[in-house]
Amino acid sequence: MQVTLKIRRFNPEKDKEPWWGEYKFEAEPTDRLLDALNHVKWYVDGTLTYRRSCAHGVCGSDAMLINGQNGLACKLLLKNLGSKITVEPMRGFRVIKDLLVDMEAFFDKYRRMKPYFITHSPVPEKERLQSVEERQRFDDTTKCILCGACTTSCPSFWANPDYVGPAAIVNAHRFVFDSRDEGKDERLSVLALNEGVWRCRTIFNCVEACPRGINVTRAIGEIKKALLLRKI
Amino acid sequence: MNGAGRPRPQGGIDLWAWIFMRVSGVVLLVMVLVHLVIMHIINSIEVINYNFVAQRYATPFWRTYDLVMLWLAFIHGVNGVRVMIDDYVGSRGWRLLSLASLYVLGFIFLALGSLVILTFNPARPF
Repeated sequence: MQVTLKIRRFNPEKDKEPWWGEYKFEAEPTDRLLDALNHVKWYVDGTLTYRRSCAHGVCGSDAMLINGQNGLACKLLLKNLGSKITVEPMRGFRVIKDLLVDMEAFFDKYRRMKPYFITHSPVPEKERLQSVEERQRFDDTTKCILCGACTTSCPSFWANPDYVGPAAIVNAHRFVFDSRDEGKDERLSVLALNEGVWRCRTIFNCVEACPRGINVTRAIGEIKKALLLRKI
Repeated sequence: MNGAGRPRPQGGIDLWAWIFMRVSGVVLLVMVLVHLVIMHIINSIEVINYNFVAQRYATPFWRTYDLVMLWLAFIHGVNGVRVMIDDYVGSRGWRLLSLASLYVLGFIFLALGSLVILTFNPARPF
């Protein structure tokens, strides 16, 4: 099929303003968008810059704004995107070059959630056991690959970059509802702050954006409920 | 960008505001619908006059009903605007000014409304 790829280009060393690069070429309908981007980079314009690593929807490197919706370039097939495809960097992050964005602040917020096990009780002789039901409680939020698609689709985040954002909350949820973890209070205290969960206006963009199908708004709602139950 | 240098108030108000929005929303859904049915379906604007209001306000029930509806709706609305200002007004000065005017105006209107509902005297001839 004939594909027209419209890519939002920006090189801060050369360009004053971002511009649209248009690339027309022949591709297989079963090619992924990432293959199309690779085609441009390898055969048309080597300066095109974007992140990609595993290329199989697991590492979360190639999240971008595709036809106006956040998604992973490696998980979307050209036949499902149409013959005219627009690709832009994720919104709300500083563009370093082309589709490459600065995710430092994003990971900083992730780290603020203390995304590791916290235990105070003495170490048991064997491993800390957990029932199937207890594991199921937070199963959905273990799927996050930190691609940033949810956070950069969130209007509350666009309006206020200090908002921790859905991705950080999802990763806090993963530990808050883990029966083995004992750092619930520390994490909830961070989420109760002014830039925490209360900035969420339940817009549901994050749920649509998540390439892993995580019910993000539900997870945020459960954190809000936990904060309320902690107070009463 | 990470907000490390900014004072971070504890989200006590936000938690209760969140609960209030949900509870008042559910209560208002019922109260406003009842209000609309009485005012616009059972009665009509041609029937509603001073006498109609005076009759309703002769009993404490409708006064309480209207007062509760006024307070819930007003605080619900003011909190909604507060949240919008919080989201979209970035500069400190404008934020302070808009929040201050919101609270002052809100207080004046809420006080005026309450004054009318509480001090209305149905015995007084029009």
